[in-house]
Amino acid sequence: MKLRLDALGQRYGDQSVLHDISLTVPEGQLLCVVGPSGCGKSTLLRTVAGLQPAYEGSVTFDGTPVTGVPDQLAVVFQDYGRSLYPWLTVRDNVALPLRRRGLPRAERRAEAERILERVGLDGAGRRHPWQLSGGMQQRVAIARALVCRPALLLMDEPFGSLDAQTREDLEDLLLEVHRTDGATIVFVTHDIDESVYVGDRVVVLSPGPASGVVLDLPVELPGRREQIGTRGLPEFVALRTEVGRAVRGS
Amino acid sequence: MKRLRRRQELWLGLLGVLLAFGACEAVGRAGGGPPPEQPPPYQIHAPPRGVGGGAGVVRRSYLPPASEVLARAVELGGDRAFLDGVGATLKAWALGLGLSVAIAVPLGLLLGSVPLVDSAVRVIVEFLRPLPSVALIPLVSLLLGTGTETKVALITYACVWPVLFNTVYGLGETDPLAKDTLRAFGFGRLSVLLRVELPGTAPFIAAGIRISAAVALILAVATEILSGFGEGLGIFIAQAGLATDGTRDVLAGVVWAGVLGLVINGVLVWGERRLFPWTPERRAGGRGGRP
Amino acid sequence: MKGAAAPVRNAARGPAAAGRAGGHVLLRLVVLVVAVALWQVAARAHASVYFPPPGQIAGRAHELWFSGPVGRLFLTDAAVADILPSLGRMAAGFGIAAVTGIALGLAVGRSRWAYALCNPVLQFARAVPPPALVPVFVVVFALGTPMQVASIAFSAVWPVLINTAEGARGTDPLRLDVAAVLRLNPVERLWFLLLPSALPRIFAGLRLSLSLSLILMVFSELLPGTADGIGFTLTDAQSRSDLLTVWAALLLLGVLGYVLNTALLAVERRLVGRGRTTA
Repeated sequence: MKLRLDALGQRYGDQSVLHDISLTVPEGQLLCVVGPSGCGKSTLLRTVAGLQPAYEGSVTFDGTPVTGVPDQLAVVFQDYGRSLYPWLTVRDNVALPLRRRGLPRAERRAEAERILERVGLDGAGRRHPWQLSGGMQQRVAIARALVCRPALLLMDEPFGSLDAQTREDLEDLLLEVHRTDGATIVFVTHDIDESVYVGDRVVVLSPGPASGVVLDLPVELPGRREQIGTRGLPEFVALRTEVGRAVRGS
Repeated sequence: MKRLRRRQELWLGLLGVLLAFGACEAVGRAGGGPPPEQPPPYQIHAPPRGVGGGAGVVRRSYLPPASEVLARAVELGGDRAFLDGVGATLKAWALGLGLSVAIAVPLGLLLGSVPLVDSAVRVIVEFLRPLPSVALIPLVSLLLGTGTETKVALITYACVWPVLFNTVYGLGETDPLAKDTLRAFGFGRLSVLLRVELPGTAPFIAAGIRISAAVALILAVATEILSGFGEGLGIFIAQAGLATDGTRDVLAGVVWAGVLGLVINGVLVWGERRLFPWTPERRAGGRGGRP
Repeated sequence: MKGAAAPVRNAARGPAAAGRAGGHVLLRLVVLVVAVALWQVAARAHASVYFPPPGQIAGRAHELWFSGPVGRLFLTDAAVADILPSLGRMAAGFGIAAVTGIALGLAVGRSRWAYALCNPVLQFARAVPPPALVPVFVVVFALGTPMQVASIAFSAVWPVLINTAEGARGTDPLRLDVAAVLRLNPVERLWFLLLPSALPRIFAGLRLSLSLSLILMVFSELLPGTADGIGFTLTDAQSRSDLLTVWAALLLLGVLGYVLNTALLAVERRLVGRGRTTA
């Protein structure tokens, strides 16, 4: 699913938050959006998801303009505690998006269990989200996003509330999912290293208000991504430095 | 759910009131005129054997339109006798509420300070609280007669509970760090109570008083309706219920009761906000429901 | 450590905690027994006809209502004629109030404008002291069961309605976004999000409604012209200056109130889960 932003602008009340953002995201690309706090990254994501109408400009998926939440879209939010429904079991949480496919209940459950196994949560289906650790809860959220095989996956700082070790595990999970499923992914983060490690392309937003794009960088790293090895590569360091400079505005 | 501006909320609220008014008006007018002369539904002074509810009762489904009720309610505002009655109700209400606060606050502070006593007494209170206070009207009437003392005694009893609960609950919510700090400086137990715990508990006590104020009004009106004679808003409503076309008066009395309740609640909420601007909604956290 | 799970309220408790809980129950039992014993002694010593000792009160209650045949759960004729109708009316009134209140409350709470529209009217309705409304129902329905059930239902509906509406309003906006992203239809949104999210608030409202139902049940039966019920027993005994029966009826009401409140709490714990009750 090709995603296209044309001169996108967004406001919050009287304040302009985003200004003149134009991007084309080809199918299957993992785009990372980085920027300092308060620069409107989450607002950008919510506008792309159709949760908020754009103030100016437009968002199009495969040529169709976005009005309201489109089909084939999934979102993973940062606050897993709040985005999962605590009164449903893990399995029912994951199976929830399948309702709109019209599948019978037994099939929905089977599909949910399959996805849970895929993200490494075998057997956690009958528990409730609040019985799991933070990393596991976010895996549930990812499972819920993946269960409908979305063409476009939006992730809003999904690993920001997790500890470093868990974060690395989930980054690798994301890479593996991207490799096999091939969905277009827009990944918002404030972590510069993470953006270079995970992304095919990094876009940097200027600090607010009225943020625009200050850097649009393809990420070319040799070999398969791997936490220790890749992060030590000179190419990684160079990319990371460039992104870091852009974020700091120097 | 989109946000609504304050002004939009006010206009919508006004529209809602007008719509409700219109609906009541329509219902009232649809019922046709008042029925011809009919015997009253029951006699308050007849022996309470339930026989009066039998033969001779004709159901009256006549409800006057809202405009008439409102006009009558406004008219009553100029009626000296009616206002005296309302005053009598409010006097008993205030007296009962005041007494209950005077009892419940020191008792609550005492109970809350001694945890062992508190958890012990809680048991007894758990059994007394669910008892509906109106059920005590017959008992207290036998003990104290049917005068103002009965009313005040009942109101006091019913109002003690919410204030007591909220006081104890509020004490439990005070920051132990503040208490320890003062103790470290050598202040005695009583000083700590007065300087830290009382101001900290005050917002909760205020919320308890607000709940008790509503309870007191319920008891005052209930006692009056049952006693049948004397002065009071409840008396007015009960006696209007006997008269042949008293429905309008009954409803006008109800409007007055509702307005009274709203005003009391509004004043208390405003007072709470003024006195304790820093506390959010958690004030109402105690189990201070109506008994 | 960052990313640790949110506090799990019903995590497995150790034997020390269980011991403390058991100790609490024991303490409560002891206090209760001591209190009753003290009351018994004091009333005996004082020997006033107005304050009979608890033993006598319990005896009268047993004689009046619980000394019947085994087949009928020990209920006497009087019990069946008085207690059951009262409870039936209360249950009907409370049931109507609960269902109507939750349904309307969800409808009102779902949209900002519906809430703003209805709020002033609801606040007024809630502010009217319920006993003041009973004469209105007497006029409309005449005396009898319909009047009583209507009084109970009409008075008890407001706390449930208002609390449900506020519970629905307080739904986490992030969860609403999730519902939008998951493309839930309005019914699914209600069933999977709004209702479970508002449940703690709904039960807070139900608790208030239950106590109002009890109050109105008794009050509507205290009015002259009623023929049966616990309230009628009270006024009947009052007119005969039969204090012992008055006290017995009060004891019955207290126990009933306690049992009903405990039952409601149990239902709440079951439906809402231990981590989320507001009690």
